[in-house]
Amino acid sequence: MHETTGVKVFRVAVITVLAIFTAVPVYVMITSSMKPLRDVQGPFTWWPSEITLAPFVDMWTTVPLASYFINSVMVASAATILSLIIAVFASYAMSRYKFFGRSIFSTTILSTQMFPGVLFLLPLFLIFVNINAATGIQLVGTMGGLIITYLTFSLPFSIWMLAGYFDGIPHELDEAAKVDGCGPVGALVRVVLPAARPGLIAVAIFSFMTSWGEVLFASVMTTEANRTLAVGLQLYSTQSDVYWNQIMAASLVVSIPIVVAFLLLQRNFVAGLTAGGVK
Amino acid sequence: MTIRTLTAAAAIAALALATAACGSPSSSSSQNSEGGKTLTYWASNTGTSLDHDKEVLTPQLKKFEEKTGIKVDLEVIGWNDLQTRIQTAVTSGQAPDVVNIGNTWASSLQSTGAFLPMDEDAMKAVGGSDKFLEAALETAGAPGQVPTSLPLYGMVYGLYYNKAMFAEAGLQPPKTYEEMVSAAKKLTKGGQFGLSLRAGSYSTNAHFAFLNSAQNGAELFDADGKPTFASDGVVAGVKRYLDLMQSEKVVKPSDVQVDSGQGVHEFAAGKVPMILGATIDSAILADGMKAEEYGVVPYPAPAGAKDIASFPAGINLSVFKNTKNKDGALKFVEFMTSSETQTALNDKFGTLPVLKGAKPTFLADTEKAKVLLDIYATQSKPLPLVAAEDQFESTVGKAMTQLFSKVASGSTVNEEEIRGVLETAQQQVAASAG
Amino acid sequence: MSVTTVEPPAQKPTVRPQRKNRRPKSSGWWMPYALLAPAVMFVLAIQVLPMVIGICMSFIKLTKAFIANWGSAPAAGLANYSITVDFNSAVGKSLLSSFFVTCGFTVLVVGLSWMLGMAAAVVLQKQFWGRGFIRTLFLIPYALPVYAGIIAWKFMFQKDTGAINHFLFDNLHVGGEKPFWLIGDSSFVAMLIVAIWRLWPFAFLMLMAGLQSIPSEVYEASAVDGAKPWRQWRSITLPMLKPVNVVLILVMFLWTFNDFNTPYVLFGNSQPPAGDLIAFHIYNASFLTWNFGLGAAMSVLLLLFLLLVTGIYLIVVNRRSRRA
Repeated sequence: MHETTGVKVFRVAVITVLAIFTAVPVYVMITSSMKPLRDVQGPFTWWPSEITLAPFVDMWTTVPLASYFINSVMVASAATILSLIIAVFASYAMSRYKFFGRSIFSTTILSTQMFPGVLFLLPLFLIFVNINAATGIQLVGTMGGLIITYLTFSLPFSIWMLAGYFDGIPHELDEAAKVDGCGPVGALVRVVLPAARPGLIAVAIFSFMTSWGEVLFASVMTTEANRTLAVGLQLYSTQSDVYWNQIMAASLVVSIPIVVAFLLLQRNFVAGLTAGGVK
Repeated sequence: MTIRTLTAAAAIAALALATAACGSPSSSSSQNSEGGKTLTYWASNTGTSLDHDKEVLTPQLKKFEEKTGIKVDLEVIGWNDLQTRIQTAVTSGQAPDVVNIGNTWASSLQSTGAFLPMDEDAMKAVGGSDKFLEAALETAGAPGQVPTSLPLYGMVYGLYYNKAMFAEAGLQPPKTYEEMVSAAKKLTKGGQFGLSLRAGSYSTNAHFAFLNSAQNGAELFDADGKPTFASDGVVAGVKRYLDLMQSEKVVKPSDVQVDSGQGVHEFAAGKVPMILGATIDSAILADGMKAEEYGVVPYPAPAGAKDIASFPAGINLSVFKNTKNKDGALKFVEFMTSSETQTALNDKFGTLPVLKGAKPTFLADTEKAKVLLDIYATQSKPLPLVAAEDQFESTVGKAMTQLFSKVASGSTVNEEEIRGVLETAQQQVAASAG
Repeated sequence: MSVTTVEPPAQKPTVRPQRKNRRPKSSGWWMPYALLAPAVMFVLAIQVLPMVIGICMSFIKLTKAFIANWGSAPAAGLANYSITVDFNSAVGKSLLSSFFVTCGFTVLVVGLSWMLGMAAAVVLQKQFWGRGFIRTLFLIPYALPVYAGIIAWKFMFQKDTGAINHFLFDNLHVGGEKPFWLIGDSSFVAMLIVAIWRLWPFAFLMLMAGLQSIPSEVYEASAVDGAKPWRQWRSITLPMLKPVNVVLILVMFLWTFNDFNTPYVLFGNSQPPAGDLIAFHIYNASFLTWNFGLGAAMSVLLLLFLLLVTGIYLIVVNRRSRRA
């Protein structure tokens, strides 16, 4: 099939414009992270006056970035794993059963996307505090509180996407498994989950990114002991100087794992979306 | 009660899951530590960085532990977070034992009732109210009420100037506002501006709204505690401060993006000859400028106006009322405000002593310390000691930041507009106080 | 992240049904409920319950004087609401202007992000050399942690040291003064650009996934009929993508309207009126003035508005699809 010139021009134009729009901030982030401090305090330059890796060294001492990094990794991983487990069960129920309350559940789940975070921030904090008072379980200032908060944030989208994905897996597969003597959960674990791998990966990436990037709740619920990167990164600018080169270096370092993971797994993500919710 | 049961059940289940999955992430953050052995202490960012604070405080806390056997868990919190953190602590009751507060918040925080009143017994425990400078103690809470905080570090605003640049231009340190402006004009040339302001910091802006109004003899709150931001004296005061950038043009427009804690760098690097700041000596020195290269004088009032150069700024120490270790907390306050600790800390932070008879020596620069202490003791008027003071800072300060933005981007701000903006701020404060 | 991690807790709710019934469809009515229970619990505890408490907060006078002891806060009835909607007062007026800013912001961000996402998805529909690379590049803003991307933009928008002014004035030599981007009215534009930069890859991703499920025979058939690309897009792509679009636009609308991160990271404590998005406005109203009752009332109104818009949107969308 041949293309008209118009289509070609349109394609090149769209790709060029969007590529520049997308890439410039990334480019600025990378080059600025290799600039000496005087470069980022003076007029902007597209290229460092000299390339230095000092920002990558200094950033660890300006702010205790390493411990924030570890906190973020732990919080995001735990939230992702838990959210995935919970979402799998819920989506399986949504996909395979007709039951009373099904639509109420799906409406509620979707409508949580509407809740303004500021409205339930303070009450949630209070609930955590009361739990602490009643049971002695420490949820504020620990990772536990952040983990259960974040896992809940990613649940709605995960359930919605996975349920769609499960719908695309033929029911005959489960039936066959059940004939072989599996219970419903056995069927889920042995048959449906392996078939839904791309969907699971997509959901996992989504949850991880949600937790990795959350700012508002992290700013209230973290203390020095459990501070995550989202809050930690802002500490570079409360110093008497704004170390833009170190900020850019730190942003880069905290972004690399997640960007790489996302880009490596993007095929799964697209496949998960295609077969899943987007139908 | 079903809700509570439900929550508890959910929480237990959640926690069971959470701990099962990631091997107990609950690290040992002991808020409101139980027993007599530990205290949690939130310190504010007083030094040049959070790390610097930790470095300076840790040896003192060690000393305290040796003396009393009480271990202090220190967390240093930046100014941007401190207020939110205190708020959530007040709201939830999940608080540290002892906390640093900006002394301008003292009466605001007092009105929450979450802090331990420093009544006679408590005062006795920390060494008696007599030991504090009167000007410092005035900031501890609303007049006529039992204070809920005690002074820890003293600070004042001063006009810092570069000696070499002044000498080169044949200038003397200014004694009046007019002299300051003319000196700044003379020094504004060739891309260099005469004076640097932290016009992007709402609290600094609010402070200078107060100072300029006070120089005009205007009050921000009337006798009933109602805001009077839109009165003539305040409007004129705000305008005078804005005009440094607007009509006098001695302030760089991009100073509107200079936030608290910033801007010293330019001064220390010799790029700007004058800067207004509150005991910023340690930051100046940390930036590599030598003590003999700069001087400090009071922020000058216009000729004929009231001679008010600052307010007794600084940091106070408060104890949370629900501390489980009241004795330990008071012991700690006593320790922090003892003359030995004060000398050590003030010297490292470059802050002023809050104790009577304490020698104003900091950073080995007695001369400047004396100038600043004089301002503190004789040329200071406290910010309004009312519960709504913090709201004055946030509303008026932010309004001024907006006005500065307008000026910086080339529009003109006239008196009417200032009055309108201040009226809005006044209504906002009245609405939330009412 | 393999499937095996899922197994251990999976056993718990399932011990009984496995023993009792092999065929869950006939009996075991509670099975779906057991499966849903953990999700329901978390959503109730972390979102719904705090929400309800938040709504209750809006009816009490929860100011500084009572914050340490909620029980003693006096009932305010509708006082918080009447202050909020009194648009002659300073509080109401600033809320209203924040609301309008947010509406404009949302329409522009969602609209433009959708257009960019659609254009990119359509353009990348066919295989060509370098397609994988371009697709990867386009997804980077979405993959970056929220704050990292915004901080990079914040640096670029600095007046004297930023890339944007450097490009416009030093490279392109646009005349005049370098403007401030993060204060005053231009902050709206800055915020818009950042938000679109972050959001459009999501639209692209969803639409790309949607396009993959359109069989290529449909296009071939219509090409044989002589349909031009624009016609094809109008008559095939758009209708086939409708289910995706319905959800995509709704989700983007809700996310953007509640956007807190962009202004928070971009402007810090001093938000310009033109960048005063409503979530940020409410945060400031609550935390800076300690008036949590008032802040809660504003949030409830925001929630009602979002409910209303979503409801109308869904009704309209469903009715149209029934007619079609």
